[in-house]
Amino acid sequence: MNRASQRLLDFAPLLLFVAVLAFFGMQSGKFLEPRNLVNIVVQASSTGIVAVGMTFVLLTAGVDLSVGAIMFVAAAIAGKMALAGWPLPFALLVMVGVALVFGAFNAFFVTRVRVAAFIVTLATLFIGRGLGLRITETRALTLPDSFLQIGSARFLSVPLPAWLFAGVLIVAHLVLTRTPFGRQVFAVGHDAEMAKKAGIRTGRVLAAVYLISGVCAAIAAMVTLGQLGAVSPKFGEQKEFAAIAAAVLGGTSLFGGRGAVLPGTLLGALLIQTIENGLVVMNANPYLYPMVTSAVIFAAVLLESLRKRVR
Amino acid sequence: MTMTMNNEQPTTNNELLTLQGIEKAFFGVKVLKGVNFTVPVGGMVGLVGENGAGKSTLVNILGGNLQPEVGALRFAGADYAPQNPQDAARSGIAFIHQELNLFPNLTIAENIFLTRFPRTRATPFIQRGEMHERAAELLHEVGLEIPPHRLVETLSAGERQLVEIAKALSIEARLIIFDEPTTSLSERETARLFALIARLRASGLAMIYISHTLADVFRLCDDIVVLRDGEVVGAGATKTFTTEKLVSLMVGRTMSQLFPERRASLGTNGANAPQAEQCSALLDVRDVSQPGVVENISFTLHRGEVLGLSGLMGAGRSELARILFGLDPRQHGEVRLAGEVLHRLSPRNLIEHGVAFLTENRRSEGLCLDAAVADNLALVTLPQHGRTPVRWLLRDSWQAAITRIRSVVQLDPKTSDTQPVRTLSGGNQQKVVLGKWLLSQPKLLILDEPTRGIDVGAKFEIYRLIHQLADQGAGVLVISSEMEELMGLCDRILVMRSGRLVDDLPRDQFDRERILAAALGTTKEMAS
Repeated sequence: MNRASQRLLDFAPLLLFVAVLAFFGMQSGKFLEPRNLVNIVVQASSTGIVAVGMTFVLLTAGVDLSVGAIMFVAAAIAGKMALAGWPLPFALLVMVGVALVFGAFNAFFVTRVRVAAFIVTLATLFIGRGLGLRITETRALTLPDSFLQIGSARFLSVPLPAWLFAGVLIVAHLVLTRTPFGRQVFAVGHDAEMAKKAGIRTGRVLAAVYLISGVCAAIAAMVTLGQLGAVSPKFGEQKEFAAIAAAVLGGTSLFGGRGAVLPGTLLGALLIQTIENGLVVMNANPYLYPMVTSAVIFAAVLLESLRKRVR
Repeated sequence: MTMTMNNEQPTTNNELLTLQGIEKAFFGVKVLKGVNFTVPVGGMVGLVGENGAGKSTLVNILGGNLQPEVGALRFAGADYAPQNPQDAARSGIAFIHQELNLFPNLTIAENIFLTRFPRTRATPFIQRGEMHERAAELLHEVGLEIPPHRLVETLSAGERQLVEIAKALSIEARLIIFDEPTTSLSERETARLFALIARLRASGLAMIYISHTLADVFRLCDDIVVLRDGEVVGAGATKTFTTEKLVSLMVGRTMSQLFPERRASLGTNGANAPQAEQCSALLDVRDVSQPGVVENISFTLHRGEVLGLSGLMGAGRSELARILFGLDPRQHGEVRLAGEVLHRLSPRNLIEHGVAFLTENRRSEGLCLDAAVADNLALVTLPQHGRTPVRWLLRDSWQAAITRIRSVVQLDPKTSDTQPVRTLSGGNQQKVVLGKWLLSQPKLLILDEPTRGIDVGAKFEIYRLIHQLADQGAGVLVISSEMEELMGLCDRILVMRSGRLVDDLPRDQFDRERILAAALGTTKEMAS
C-alpha cells in the first residue's frame, strides 16, 4: 500500500502531464496538433533552461532567486552592445561573462561568508534588477534583427531554442548522473556536514552549482532575446519562481539530495508551459493565468511534502 | 617482518598503532589524562569503559576530528597526527561507527568510491563498469551479494554496515575501529559481522573493538584496554580478565563528587510522611511500549521522590522520556498522572498538567540560543502574563517573575536579562532552562542529562534545586549517564537495557557493580 502510493507519487508529474494534455486536447482540436506541441516545447525552453540550473542548486539544498535578474542584466548589457554595433557572438559571450560574475558573487557569499542562499540570492536579485534598470534607463531596448534570428532559426525544421533546451538538458543529465561532481552534488545535498567528513570539497561543489545556475540563466536570456527581440524592464521577472516550480514539479526536493533533470525538470517545465498554452488556446481570461500557474506551483509543493511523508 | 630487529625495543616492529600520553580537555575539564596503549600488527584490542570514560574522544582523536593537547600517536612506524578525517583514511585507518556515514540517496558503489571515482580515460565521466566491478568484488569480500548499483536506502542496518566495511577495505585500511558496531544489528546480522571480522583478521587486518557487550569483547579480542575517567586502568591479554574484574575496573571505587544533603528523603525506608503514603503515587506508567524503542515499561514515581534512570547509551532512557512527554509516539501503555489517566500525550497537554521536560540537547532543543535570557525564561509561562482581554503582555508581572526565578536558580548576577543565551556558560544556560520550567511550578520534572557539560559548582547548585523541588512535593525523574550522579542524587534507581527495565534499586541497595552489571546484561539477577 505504502509502496504503491510511493510509486504513484513518483509518477505524479508524468500522470499530471498526460492528464493536462488530454484535458486541453478535448477542449480544442488545435491543441494536440504537432505544430502546437512543438510550439509548447519552444515556449518552455527559456524557463526550462533556467530550471535546469535551478535543479543543480536545489539538489544541494540551496536556492537561487537571482536567475531572473541575471537574465535581465545580461540581456540589457548585450542589448546595449548590439545597439552600439558590437558583433553578435561577442555580445553573447559577454552575457555568459555577466552571469558568471553574478554566480561567483552568490557562490562567494554562500560558501565563504556562509550566508543563507535565500538571503544572498535575494540580494543579488535586487542588485541585478536595479543594475538592469539603470543600464536600460528603464526604457525598452529594441534590438537588431540578428537577435531574432536566434529565435527563428531552424535545424531539421525544429527551432533553435528547442535544440538549445535539449542540449542543456542532456549535458546537465550527464553531469549529474555520470560525473564525480554530479554524484557529489547529491551527497552534499543530503548532508553537507557528512559530505565534508567523507572528504568531499563541499565549498567547491556549492560554488559550482551557483555558477552553473548563472550560466543557464544567460543561455535562457539568449533564447528569450531571440524570441522577443527586445529587452523590457520586466525582462526575466519572476523567472526564478517558474524555474523552482518546474524543478519541484519534476520531483526535485527543496531539501536537497533528490531529483533529476531528465525526465523531472523537463516534465515540470513542459507541464507549466502546457497549462499556459492550453489556457491561451481555450481563450481563457488572461487574468486567470497567474492563478492557475500558482495553483500548479502549490500542487507541486504539496506533492513534494506528500512524497516526503510517505518516505 | 624484516630481519633487522632492534634488540633494545623488540616489540617496536610489531606495533601498528601506539598512543603515548594522550591528553585532551574540554572547557578545562580533562577528558583524557595521559592514555597509553598499543595495537599490535594484526591484533585485535577491545576498548571498554563506562559512558563518559573517554572512548569517543579517543576515537575522534584517532579519526582526526579532534587533536590531542599532549601526547603523540604513531601508526605503521611513522608519526601520526591526523588533522581531518581524510588524513586518517589516507593513513589506512577506517571507522565503523554506531551511526553509519553513508548517503542513502546514492548507490552502494557510489558510496564506496565517492571521492575516488574511477574515470573513463580522457573524459570527465565515471567509468561505471569498472566501478561496479570493483564494488562487487569488495561486496563479495564482505559477504554481501547485492548488486552494487542498489541505492543504500534500500538496505538494512546490517547490510549498510557491511557496505561501510567494504568501503574500509577499498581504502586498503590496515586498522579498522569498530565503535559499538552491534547496537543496531539483529542477532543474525551480528553473527555475520563476527564471521567477517574473523575472516578479515586472518588476512592480517588489525582492529580496535569498542563495545558495551562484554561477552563479545571476550569472544573477539586478543587484548583488552579498560578506560575509566580518561585513564587506562587496566590493560592486558583477554585471558587475564574475567567479567567481574572487568566490571570492577570499569566502575572504580572513588566517590569523588559532592552531593548536597537531602533534608527529607523518603527513599530509604519510607518511614517519614506515613499519611502521604496512600496518595503519593504521582506518575504511574503501565506497560508502555513502542516497537524497537521501549518494551513494557512499568514504574511508579511518588511525590517527593527523585527517581534515577540508569543505563547505557542507546538503552532507551531518553526515548522513554520523550514518549512520556508526548514527543514520540507509543504503541500502547497507560500513563497516569496524579491518578488521572492521560489518554493523549502531547507536550502542551502535559505542560498544562504540570509536567516539565528538560531535554538532553540543551543547545538545540532546550533554548532559543539567540534570544535573550529573559525571553527564554518566560517562554513556557508567557500566557500567564497576558491575561488581559487583548492578551497584552503585562510587563511588570513578567519582569517580577523573571527576577524572582533568577534568584531561585542562582543565575550568575553578572548576566543581564537582555543578553543572548548563546553567550552564557553551559551551567548558566542550564539554569535558564531549569528556571523556565520552574516558573510553571511543575509537579513532575523529567530531567534528561541535567548536568551534561556543566562544571562542578553549577552541578551542585542544580542538585540542590532538584532536592528542593522534591522536598516541596514534586516528583523528579532524572536520566544520567554518570552513575555517581544518580547514586548521589536519587532516592531510587531504575536500570534500563535494550528498551526494558531490568532492575530497580532503593537507596540502601545502591551498588555500582550491580547497576553496571544490570545495564550491561552480564548477570542473571534482575528485578522480577
